[in-house]
Amino acid sequence: MNAVVRHRLFWPAVTLAGLLLLNLVFTDHFFSVQMKDGHLYGSLIDVVRFGAPLILVAAGMTLVIATGGIDLSVGSVVAIAGALACLRISDLDDQGSTGGVLAAIGVALALSLALGAWNGFLVAGAGIQPIVATLILMVAGRGLAQLVTDGQIITVNSAPYKLIGGGYWLTLPFGIIVVAAVLALTAFLTRRLALGLLIESVGGNAEASRLAGIRSRGLIVTVYAFCALCAGIAGLMISSNVSSADGNNAGLWIELDAILAVVIGGTSLAGGRFSLGGTVLGALIIQTLTTTIYSIGVPPETTLLFKALVVTVVCLVQSPAFRKKAFHRRARTASPRPAADEKVKVTA
Amino acid sequence: MTAPRPILRMSGIGKEFPGVKALDGVDFRLLPGEVHALMGENGAGKSTLIKVLTGVHGVDAGEIELDGRPVAFSGPLAAQQAGISTVYQEVNLCPNLSVAENVFIGREPRRLGRIRWKEVRRRAAELLAGLDLDIDVTLPLSSYSLAVQQMVAIARAVAVEARVLILDEPTSSLDTGEVAQLFRVMRRLKEQGIAILFVSHFLDQIYEISDRMTILRNGRLVGEYPTAELSQVELVAKMIGRELADLEELEGRPPARGGEPLVEARELGRAGAIEPFTLTIREGEVVGLAGLLGSGRTELARLLFGADHAGTGSVAVAGRPAGLRTPRAAMGHGIAFCSENRRAEGLVPDLTVRENLILALQAARGWTRPLSRRKQDELVARYVSALNIRPADPEQLVKNLSGGNQQKVLLARWLILEPRLLILDEPTRGIDVGAKAEIQRLVAELSDGGMAVLYISAELEEVLRLSHKVGVLRDRRLVAELENDSGLTTEVLMETIASGARS
Repeated sequence: MNAVVRHRLFWPAVTLAGLLLLNLVFTDHFFSVQMKDGHLYGSLIDVVRFGAPLILVAAGMTLVIATGGIDLSVGSVVAIAGALACLRISDLDDQGSTGGVLAAIGVALALSLALGAWNGFLVAGAGIQPIVATLILMVAGRGLAQLVTDGQIITVNSAPYKLIGGGYWLTLPFGIIVVAAVLALTAFLTRRLALGLLIESVGGNAEASRLAGIRSRGLIVTVYAFCALCAGIAGLMISSNVSSADGNNAGLWIELDAILAVVIGGTSLAGGRFSLGGTVLGALIIQTLTTTIYSIGVPPETTLLFKALVVTVVCLVQSPAFRKKAFHRRARTASPRPAADEKVKVTA
Repeated sequence: MTAPRPILRMSGIGKEFPGVKALDGVDFRLLPGEVHALMGENGAGKSTLIKVLTGVHGVDAGEIELDGRPVAFSGPLAAQQAGISTVYQEVNLCPNLSVAENVFIGREPRRLGRIRWKEVRRRAAELLAGLDLDIDVTLPLSSYSLAVQQMVAIARAVAVEARVLILDEPTSSLDTGEVAQLFRVMRRLKEQGIAILFVSHFLDQIYEISDRMTILRNGRLVGEYPTAELSQVELVAKMIGRELADLEELEGRPPARGGEPLVEARELGRAGAIEPFTLTIREGEVVGLAGLLGSGRTELARLLFGADHAGTGSVAVAGRPAGLRTPRAAMGHGIAFCSENRRAEGLVPDLTVRENLILALQAARGWTRPLSRRKQDELVARYVSALNIRPADPEQLVKNLSGGNQQKVLLARWLILEPRLLILDEPTRGIDVGAKAEIQRLVAELSDGGMAVLYISAELEEVLRLSHKVGVLRDRRLVAELENDSGLTTEVLMETIASGARS
């Protein structure tokens, strides 16, 4: 029991379970998943499907944060990737041609990679603090996206492009499959190959890592490029889902949700140890929260406030220092019950 | 100078930290108008004594008297108000503020709550002129050299009617001319009757400026001596002490075999770190480096590993020129380096023992060629048992291990690579006697197996016991290279460290 409580994914899992149960109270058949026309439908499927872009962005962000950095520019990259892809598709003679759509996607992702490498160069090559280095692209990137779309919202009518964000494949929403593939790839790179160990080492102690022979510069550029690639894929998903590109609003504030997902998932902003599974849980928590807000009927004008409150509670519950304080006081005022003792131990 | 009344007297000072007696029955007195050097090796208790004096730490035993009255300061601010000012090694002023602001920050002359800037500037200029420093006080502090910043810190310290001025290693980052300038200021303050407590690792400076000295060793008082009456050899002997280590004698070291030269450094140097030196290390040879703290031992080692860029000179490995510009490049030539600073430069505390052990090997292979888990476990098991690392749990976080076991983990990280030259910087500092003996035996075995070792230690006995050849450093210069034959004793080494002469 203690080992379970002590596991680093315990609190995120409890939080997610709590939120889902809350939905069960307010929404009938929340947990039911149905098969219609060979497609899976249900609230749970929707949570994952609408949360897919956030999970992607947060996965890339996890690696960046593990190196001790941060990437504020992911929202802008989301907008740029969507805008560029839509622009290329709208220029096609036949918007339904698979080859043309693939080429557009390729160009958009290549640009995302280049933007991420630029971030990485500013951080590792020029030695600019990550928060400042990526702030540049965060601001400039929105402008770039609007430049691409000429300040307009570009709409496309392309069946192959629609598949990415709105289509189904093998009974599942295509977005979920993409997310699963990217997560599998990330897990492979970091845990089966040695990328994860080196990232954690650089984030845990940069100077010691240098003296152990790790080429941290190349590693950091790789990680920022990967993060931007994830954001680019998320951008394609978002724009494909609505068949249009909005340079102003696509991916707006997604960087904050992503950072929050990473932190809720138990990865420290100070760098070092990271947990991909935790990040996925964190992103699901945030998406479930958004869904919950709609399903329990919180008035739209108070949704942001409500979300902020819940996030505050989630963060407090997960903070060892806060738990220690809260439970310590309880243990002092009430008679020291074994349950309270056990929880105090968890934090040690 | 027949004993005028001491301005400051500390008697029977004791201070204990968990598990360590930092100070034990230390007496110390400071006379007005003298420069008094506080001497001792690293960990002897110098900084603790200063911190106890200035109220950073409370005392556990003993008393402090200032001008005949018992005092106990609640903190550095209280000490300063009583006339005891401290200037630390790192200038802790605000580089972005002007010189004048720095001198008066926190106690600006005011009228009706408004700061009188004109007055601030005038008085700052006056104070600095009193220290022979004619600079524009309206410029930001950062526009001046480190030496000037140091003077500004001193000006700030004496501006509060200081009677006692503590200078904690003020010269460690100054060049010769700047040191001379600082000493002029110190002499001037001395004439004004201010008592100066001076800490430095540079013996020549101590002998140039100080009138008397107090020597500490392992938290205990060794004695108080007029500088003129204590030779440098005697001073070094008293600082290092001659405790015979509680260690079994290793087999008499065989004479250095005529192995092929492995690493040859020619006129290798780096400004401000170490003067150009020439050193040859042969296969199977243990080269010891001896010298006081700050003499350039670590800096020399870091150049050979590419941890710092060399400013001058060249290195050849196995007869071929080698550009050791990064640690990775040095590793490519089979050079490994265990830093003396395990925490900051060695281990990644949040990773496990296993991960820390394979880190260098994995870094050398690159992230695309991972070591299989089976291979990892095999290597880790082998080295955990060979070096007797405890607890023998590879999944334990390395930060939970004791100092000695952390050191062994670091050592194992490099042994896995099977280097040709292993550089060990203070591998036995802060670890218990048993682990120390194990590490020394291991070094002897490795060198018998053909590995070259560069061994740095503050303990002369240890250096003598292990080395075939000893390089002596002093004031950031390699001053001598001595064959370790029957004629070489700790006395000879101490003499060389003290005199700086090639024998």
